[in-house]
Amino acid sequence: MPGKLRTESAFDNPDDVYDALINAHRDLTDEQSAMLNAKLILILANHIGDLEVIEEALAVAREGV
Amino acid sequence: MSSYVYPHYEYRRCADHGLSPPNRHQVVIVGGGMVGLTAALDLAQRGVPVVLIDDDDTVSVGSRSICQAKRSLEIWDRLGCAEAMMARGVTWQVGRVFFRNREIFNFDLLPEGGQRFPAFINLQQYYVEQFLVERLQETRGVELRWKNKLAGLMPCDGGMRLTVETPDGPYDMEADWVIAADGARSTARRLLGLDFKGRVFEDRFLIADVKMKQPPFGRTGPTERLFWFEPPFHKGDSALMHRQADDVYRIDFQLGWQADPELERQPERVTPRLKAMLGDDAAFDFEWVSVYTFQCRRLEKFRHGRVIFAGDAAHQVSPFGARGGNSGVQDVDNLCWKLALVLGGQAPEKLLDSYDAERGHAADDNIRITTRSTDFMTPRTAMSRRFRDAVLKLAETHGFARRLVNSGRLSTATFLKNSPLSTPDEPGFTSTTAPGAAALDAPVQIGNRKAWLLETLRGGFHGLYFGNGALPHEQAAALRELRAGPVPVHTLGIANPAGATLADIPTVIDAEGLAAKRYDGKPGTFYLLRPDQHVAARWRRFDAALVKSALDRATART
Repeated sequence: MPGKLRTESAFDNPDDVYDALINAHRDLTDEQSAMLNAKLILILANHIGDLEVIEEALAVAREGV
Repeated sequence: MSSYVYPHYEYRRCADHGLSPPNRHQVVIVGGGMVGLTAALDLAQRGVPVVLIDDDDTVSVGSRSICQAKRSLEIWDRLGCAEAMMARGVTWQVGRVFFRNREIFNFDLLPEGGQRFPAFINLQQYYVEQFLVERLQETRGVELRWKNKLAGLMPCDGGMRLTVETPDGPYDMEADWVIAADGARSTARRLLGLDFKGRVFEDRFLIADVKMKQPPFGRTGPTERLFWFEPPFHKGDSALMHRQADDVYRIDFQLGWQADPELERQPERVTPRLKAMLGDDAAFDFEWVSVYTFQCRRLEKFRHGRVIFAGDAAHQVSPFGARGGNSGVQDVDNLCWKLALVLGGQAPEKLLDSYDAERGHAADDNIRITTRSTDFMTPRTAMSRRFRDAVLKLAETHGFARRLVNSGRLSTATFLKNSPLSTPDEPGFTSTTAPGAAALDAPVQIGNRKAWLLETLRGGFHGLYFGNGALPHEQAAALRELRAGPVPVHTLGIANPAGATLADIPTVIDAEGLAAKRYDGKPGTFYLLRPDQHVAARWRRFDAALVKSALDRATART
């Protein structure tokens, strides 16, 4: 079922994005990293704003966990 | 330890002792708490004789449900006892939320004025019950039976047979209908063997009601609800402070599941917690101390044949949100007019199934909303704690996160979504007063007297007709016919100050234009309101046939 969530690549430069994510966690303890991730998820979820998109993303993220 | 003097209501031997066959009553209400007392008053004022039994002989012990919402006050005003409550209670509408030392969020529950009642008053439950009893004592057709304890409940002959224990021994009576408003540990529920399913929250909270000579934190301004996540004076957990009548302050401390309830309620344990919060030199006297846990649960059905459950007997929620007592009051506001119509032969019994549908939906709403608040305040996993803390941190600097902060979403009038009694809305209305919504108040003028729209809507079905000038002859006749029908509809004209009043029907002047604004009341607009002041239907023009069919629907006669 095609949903609203975009899953084809959206990045101009995927490696830069991945690198930015990894770099953001540099020198952090696991606890601090987990807090950063939680804040990041909230910030991005608000940016998306659309509950349907967020729910689809959560379903995809839960697959195979 | 309390500064409140508890009234004691005298036990009297009732006339039902030793009768065979037992005496039969139309309605017996089990439970003299705020919900049962409100029901008794509502039914009696509709001319339905009521017997109310209560196993005690006084009001609520402890302040318990303290936040009385605007909708409850509107209901109690219809029943004639809101003024006493307003005079005694503490008005408030702003809540502030702190994370550690800093305020991160505040909310105003009544940003728009021009309504008779405030968003909330804080008034101890014992006062609410006292004022209800005082009103009942001057009401005809009510018999309050104190020290009468329900001991048996069996179906009989189209009604219920109740066995009641008293200081004079037991007696039996019968009732066409029983309203079970006997609280969270309902005896009626147990006697019928009904399941009460839901979630237990594994946390304990301390309530300390203290009387203070000086306002805490030097706060002499308007009363506000104060809530702290991780306050410096109570490490790691949350705290809440609320002012009540008589300079009594409700202070809640989250204690955690491991806390020992017996130990934690001892003054030598509570005093240091309060001093840490209020300062070493703060002077206070204890009024009431309690340690509680809570559950979110409901009966699957609120109507079981001739027994109808209301308030905590039917559903329980977490206390953060003031949705316990206030939803119970809305339950019986929803129930009593229906029961009166059924008893009067003006509506079929199936009208009562709409009580289950409408208030069941409200209970689901309240459970969902308070469960979310509780999950925020009492995170159950390391991950939910992390998200909660992330929200609190972001809230210091980012507006979007402030709206995620949840210290309780406070009770408002329930919107009766998908109600079987509502007529589908017409397109094009821009106001929130759609079918299912509670009517909104507005300042009006009756002749030269300043009044409120809601005070003109007492007890029955009402029409609201927005417009000016004389009505066409056939409309005036149709409105007269509606007023004289088996279920009368009393129509009120709402005229703008510039125009002439509507001839032929009682008319109020929409002095500040707020009624027209709140109801999107362009000239010609007609609303049909139920006896509980919820909107049943609305149209852009009056059509008697449509009003009659909406009235049939709202009384389950179709």
